[in-house]
Amino acid sequence: MSQLNNLTKGFLRENPVFVLLLGMCPTLGTTTSAINGLGMGLATTFVLIMSNMVISLVANLIPDKIRIPGFIVIIASFVTIVDMTIAAYLPSLHESLGLFIPLIVVNCIVLGRAESFASKNSLIPSAIDGLSMGLGFSFALTLLGSIREILGSGKIFNFEVFNDQYGMLVFVLAPGGFLALGYIIAIINKIKKAIS
Amino acid sequence: MSKKIKSSFKNMVLVLFSVTLIASATVAYVYQLTKEPIAKAKLNKQIQAIKDVVPPFTNNPFKEKINIKVDDKHTIVIFPAKKNGELIGAAVKTYTQKAFGGEFWIMVGFKPDGTIINYSILEHKETPGLGSKMDVWFKEKGKKSIINKNPSTTKFTVSKDGGDIDAITAATISSRAFLDAVERGYKAFIKQNK
Repeated sequence: MSQLNNLTKGFLRENPVFVLLLGMCPTLGTTTSAINGLGMGLATTFVLIMSNMVISLVANLIPDKIRIPGFIVIIASFVTIVDMTIAAYLPSLHESLGLFIPLIVVNCIVLGRAESFASKNSLIPSAIDGLSMGLGFSFALTLLGSIREILGSGKIFNFEVFNDQYGMLVFVLAPGGFLALGYIIAIINKIKKAIS
Repeated sequence: MSKKIKSSFKNMVLVLFSVTLIASATVAYVYQLTKEPIAKAKLNKQIQAIKDVVPPFTNNPFKEKINIKVDDKHTIVIFPAKKNGELIGAAVKTYTQKAFGGEFWIMVGFKPDGTIINYSILEHKETPGLGSKMDVWFKEKGKKSIINKNPSTTKFTVSKDGGDIDAITAATISSRAFLDAVERGYKAFIKQNK
């Protein structure tokens, strides 16, 4: 696979949310607004790149039988670092993402990429894989967040599009998240079919 | 690629030990780096919240704060605001346990007679788009507002329960909880002020 191919796969072909359907918990939990989705996506991207790079370097040093605990410890360290850094320098973002940042540890995307890609590839492709998957994840979360924010409260990135008394509240709540996600996946499948 | 290390007992113990050691050392280092900014950010938020809810003051409300312990986890804090030594109001950090998301904390500013000046939300877990609207709702005009009202003359319950304040549309539980927190702060403040 060429590196360019590797970089673009996360957006559509192997988008972690829309195609691989990984990490549904943070996806539905944090996308009540576009900015929350973007923040969560970028935090995950950072963790993905760092953990992919480190794991690709140390994969041969970790015996097979204990690779999962080894990987989890590495991932958890990066998540803790991200958590503390955001709390220190972006307190308002930390407040709205709060609970979900520690949950990046158990996001299947991170462990999934470590196990299926980083442990079998060298440093550069692993970093690109992390970047691609992370940006794909951010893109998906921002898209879902924008749709839910517009339909639910008439705003996008906090700019008012229409008065929020016409907003459909259900889209801010959990059922609306599932609905919006389902329709996006349907549209993406349609597009993918049309292309091939 | 070099050969993978064998999964022998000795290797596994050694590798896991070093992985956890390095990881904890790194996390400890970052903790040291971020400890101060985190504490500062938290303090700034409280100072900002106090400034938001009381008129300009000249004293240091943190030095004169009064802690009222309710139970092990809950302490109501009164920050007196003074101008040239005279009490002009107080910011009261208060809470409720009746919230939709368990509990939340707010800061309410009172005049010395108990009239509400302003309020701000410190931390909450209410539903976004519903209960979370409380940060502006109770500042709007008319029956929604609690600003410039005094809990001794106005009934601080939602209109549904026979009170004088309009609840947030579709978020009655959060509204009840909010008024409960205000009321709790008011009682603590009046008791302290007597």
